[in-house]
Amino acid sequence: MTWGDHMIEVRDLTKRYGPTLAVDALSFDLRPGMVTGFLGPNGSGKSTTMRLILGLDRPDAGQARIGGRRYRDLRWPLREAGALLEAKAFHAGRSARAHLAALAASNAIDGRRVDEVLDIVGLASVARKRAGSFSLGMAQRLGIAAALLGDPPVLLLDEPVNGLDPAGIHWIRDLLKSLAGQGRVVFVSSHLISEMALMAEHLVVIGQGRLLADTSVAALSAGAASLEDAFLQLTGASTEYRGHPEVPRAAPGAWAAQRKEGSS
Amino acid sequence: MTVLTRRASAGHYLFRHVARMEWIKLRSLRSTWWTLAITAAGAVAMAVVIGVNTMSKSADLTNNVLAGVVPGLLLIGVLGVLTVTSEYTSGMIRATLAAAPRRPLLFAAKAAVFGALALAVGELASFVAFFAGGAAFRHGIAAPTLSQPGVLRAVLLGGTSYCLIGLVGLGLGAIIRHTAAAIAVLVVGVYLIAQIVGAATHAVAAYMPIFIIGNSLTTTRPVLCGGAAQCPHVLSAWTGLAVLSLYAAVALAAGGWLLARRDA
Repeated sequence: MTWGDHMIEVRDLTKRYGPTLAVDALSFDLRPGMVTGFLGPNGSGKSTTMRLILGLDRPDAGQARIGGRRYRDLRWPLREAGALLEAKAFHAGRSARAHLAALAASNAIDGRRVDEVLDIVGLASVARKRAGSFSLGMAQRLGIAAALLGDPPVLLLDEPVNGLDPAGIHWIRDLLKSLAGQGRVVFVSSHLISEMALMAEHLVVIGQGRLLADTSVAALSAGAASLEDAFLQLTGASTEYRGHPEVPRAAPGAWAAQRKEGSS
Repeated sequence: MTVLTRRASAGHYLFRHVARMEWIKLRSLRSTWWTLAITAAGAVAMAVVIGVNTMSKSADLTNNVLAGVVPGLLLIGVLGVLTVTSEYTSGMIRATLAAAPRRPLLFAAKAAVFGALALAVGELASFVAFFAGGAAFRHGIAAPTLSQPGVLRAVLLGGTSYCLIGLVGLGLGAIIRHTAAAIAVLVVGVYLIAQIVGAATHAVAAYMPIFIIGNSLTTTRPVLCGGAAQCPHVLSAWTGLAVLSLYAAVALAAGGWLLARRDA
């Protein structure tokens, strides 16, 4: 078996939550050897798609396959696909080491690998501390350690740069590029276009659960002034939450009147 | 791009792998050990107090000293609830299901590991309480011995009741998924309903969990109602065990069924 067998195939994936169509007949393939960015406005269905691929939610139609199998049929799930879905997907009272040791045991992963991944993400020195005391950035690193535990050929990461400081962002960018360079599938969701421009070679863009683009970064940005402009043009019709570009001024005296009310 | 040859391991993850994960998760939380220690210490302390204050030789002495089992059941039940609900509260459930996506297998492993620990601690608490209570008897009352009729059975089933109530809690946790609500249902179901129903009708009360534990499982001889007459509705020890096991089985089956069907 080669790593190339672990291509992800998403076919007509559909998920409805009550009246809301969160993912709407979504189809795309993910290729190994490159970072694929998963872009879309807030609420466009990125996380839901990730959860459907991992079998956490059940699709209403369609399916996702990893190396030809549904996630729940994988033989050693953590060794075939690693995922970071949300920061802090761990019990606050458990140490980072115990958290990873438990996950490793479920897939018969050697205990030494736990120390290896702790070292890779830079948490070796705090491995025995309660994970509940971790900052968001450290929690994110622990999640990445869990994803790397089985040395999987497929990595699915939902907003991995959230909460990381600039050095952390730089680190994860290099890490993901090098993992992709080793021939893995690396699928990274983000709403930060600038980050995707630096990290990804290929992009899957969705809006309101529908596929808007499945293209290389170069091809997408070629048609516009910048990748950001291209993204905004693409998602313009499907952005659900929109703010005003300017803050309207309050009527003169309104603020003073409020203060007076508040103090009385 | 380098195409690496995957060192694919034969086989797939099994019950024992998932059970090991669950065991590491359970043992790596300090709260697990505190709860179990307090439960056992409570049962023993109560047995000693009862032993010191026992005046009548003709009472079911074994049943008396095992009365300390009943309050500790609540703690074990709550621990059972938390074993599941804390995974939902923390988000750990997503990591767990990504590691072991076959949900019936996961739930079976969870129940087996927690049940085994609750049984071991329960038996320990029951036996220590029995001997400590017996040693505390005064007024020339001789301590019961395990070789007397029904005594070994009462002590063993006293320990078993911890396991069964713990599994009821675990099942409720999987059904309800919210800590506070699941604990409320546990307390109402195991304690309160028994009090209310007990006041109304003895025939139904005999099927209530704490009545079964107090009047069936931990007795060495049939409970007497007023004088020498045997209470008509009290279940025998083995029938009581069967009914309590049925409650645990129903809670687990419902919890497992829902876990397998619902989005996580």
